[in-house]
Amino acid sequence: MGRPVAIIGVGQTNHGRRMDVCYPDLVREAVVRLYEETGLNPDDIDGVVSGTMPSMMEGVALTHFYFADAMKAAGKPILKTETCGSTGVSIAHTAYYWISSGMADLILAVGHEKMNEGDSQATMTTVAEPFYQRYFIAGAPGVFSMQSQMWSVRYGLEEEKVRDAAAFISVTHHDSAFDNPYAHIKIRVSMEDVKTARVITYPVRLLDVCPNSDGACAVLFASDTMVKKLGLNKVAWVKGVGYRGEEYYFGDSDKAVWQSAVGAAQQAYNMAGIKDPRKELDVAEVYNPFTFQEMMFYECFGFCGLGEAPDLVLKGTFARDGELPCDPSGGTLCTNPIGATGLIRTAEAALQVMGKAGDHQIPGAKTALSHAMGGVDQFNGIMIVGSEL
Amino acid sequence: MAKEFKTIKTEIRLPYELAYGATWTKFFEGMENEIIYGTKCSKCGRVLVPARSFCPRCFVNTDEWVETAQEGTLTAWSYVNYSYFGQPIKPPFIGALIRLDETDVDFLHLIGGFDLSDFDLVRKTVKNGMRVKAVWSDERKGHVLDIKYFEPA
Ligand SMILES: [Zn+2]
Repeated sequence: MGRPVAIIGVGQTNHGRRMDVCYPDLVREAVVRLYEETGLNPDDIDGVVSGTMPSMMEGVALTHFYFADAMKAAGKPILKTETCGSTGVSIAHTAYYWISSGMADLILAVGHEKMNEGDSQATMTTVAEPFYQRYFIAGAPGVFSMQSQMWSVRYGLEEEKVRDAAAFISVTHHDSAFDNPYAHIKIRVSMEDVKTARVITYPVRLLDVCPNSDGACAVLFASDTMVKKLGLNKVAWVKGVGYRGEEYYFGDSDKAVWQSAVGAAQQAYNMAGIKDPRKELDVAEVYNPFTFQEMMFYECFGFCGLGEAPDLVLKGTFARDGELPCDPSGGTLCTNPIGATGLIRTAEAALQVMGKAGDHQIPGAKTALSHAMGGVDQFNGIMIVGSEL
Repeated sequence: MAKEFKTIKTEIRLPYELAYGATWTKFFEGMENEIIYGTKCSKCGRVLVPARSFCPRCFVNTDEWVETAQEGTLTAWSYVNYSYFGQPIKPPFIGALIRLDETDVDFLHLIGGFDLSDFDLVRKTVKNGMRVKAVWSDERKGHVLDIKYFEPA
């Protein structure tokens, strides 16, 4: 294993429909906030890694060059990491690998997207080749709806109960977003509102699905040497990382028990020494663009047994005051600038263990999991952070 | 009132000509002739559909060709009721994973053949595990949409 790495600061934009700024200025907003928060400046940085979902979301290729000035990256090593929806967690992994290897002491990681400027689902559909799959997947909602349905049928879950649990997740996350100053969608919704909203891709209705958001997130990663040198005591140590991919074709592997999600979590748990995640984790930021899918992740990550998630959701096990609070930030459901979203999950997990999550702080949180997923149901990434080395 | 800022409308259009290679070419020739081709892996024995040049698990060439059944069982489906730029199929439509008989992966295609504008009818008609069969287009072009859809069998 390499040397220890910590997250020492976070900067986020106010996420939302941000037609008041051009894309580079949006990226710079997050970077400037990060430097204000940490008191450091770009001269201190050894390298920069950034990423988006497909660059063509905003019609400009290779955005790490476009944003070189906004990230003050000139004269430094620069990388782009792109793994579809899991991009944000992969950016965090890249920063971690870079420092852990001993090649750098301080890395700036930036994720960004400006989804309101293009046609997000048209862009995402280009993730599938045009020979065969592109005609049928219907963007992200089509694929992930089929997956959730496969899961509920596999475990013989009662449709009504799954529907109620998904609505409960929507209601509680929308409420939580009010406690997150950076969240995009801030509306109060009732169970009835969710269950009667317009069908997008059955069983997913409008309030079961994330918005198109504009936003950026910047995170500073540092070596243990640098943490000591800067005399920092409130940092988030990286305790575990995991990533898994799957075969390309959607119909080739079992998505009801999503093996890449199971494998990524297991790798991260092994590294962090976690055996009973529901007990040992204090909070989780699960990548949840769809309410139904969030329940599958609880099961794949071992927060509960297979097919058990809806019952536990309705009991409040994963609510803000429950045994393992999930997405107290409101999560991806309320804010989704895709290339930033996974990194926001990691940033939120770090804020929780640093005790800096403000109104959505889970009291005394010491260990937190962050997650992102992507591809045509193909990739999952995890980063676990903790307050102690 | 907040100041309104200007925007620019722009577009990117790029032409491509993508090579199918031997395996996809034969698969699409099959489509033209109302045949669904798969290939069988000599190592794990799985029948993969659409036909592949190699098995993604065993990483060996798959050169045993199989004409698969045109009927199968519905694994999963989604009623798509929203649209996006360049969407190849007009909503509402039903995307579906179908396990063709005697194959070992799910084939991605459409469910149809009844009134899709009536969502209650769709809910009553479409069930996981139901039997479906391919319905071919009269004008076939060597394309995956030469199968119009799979209808309840
Ligand atoms: Zn094989």
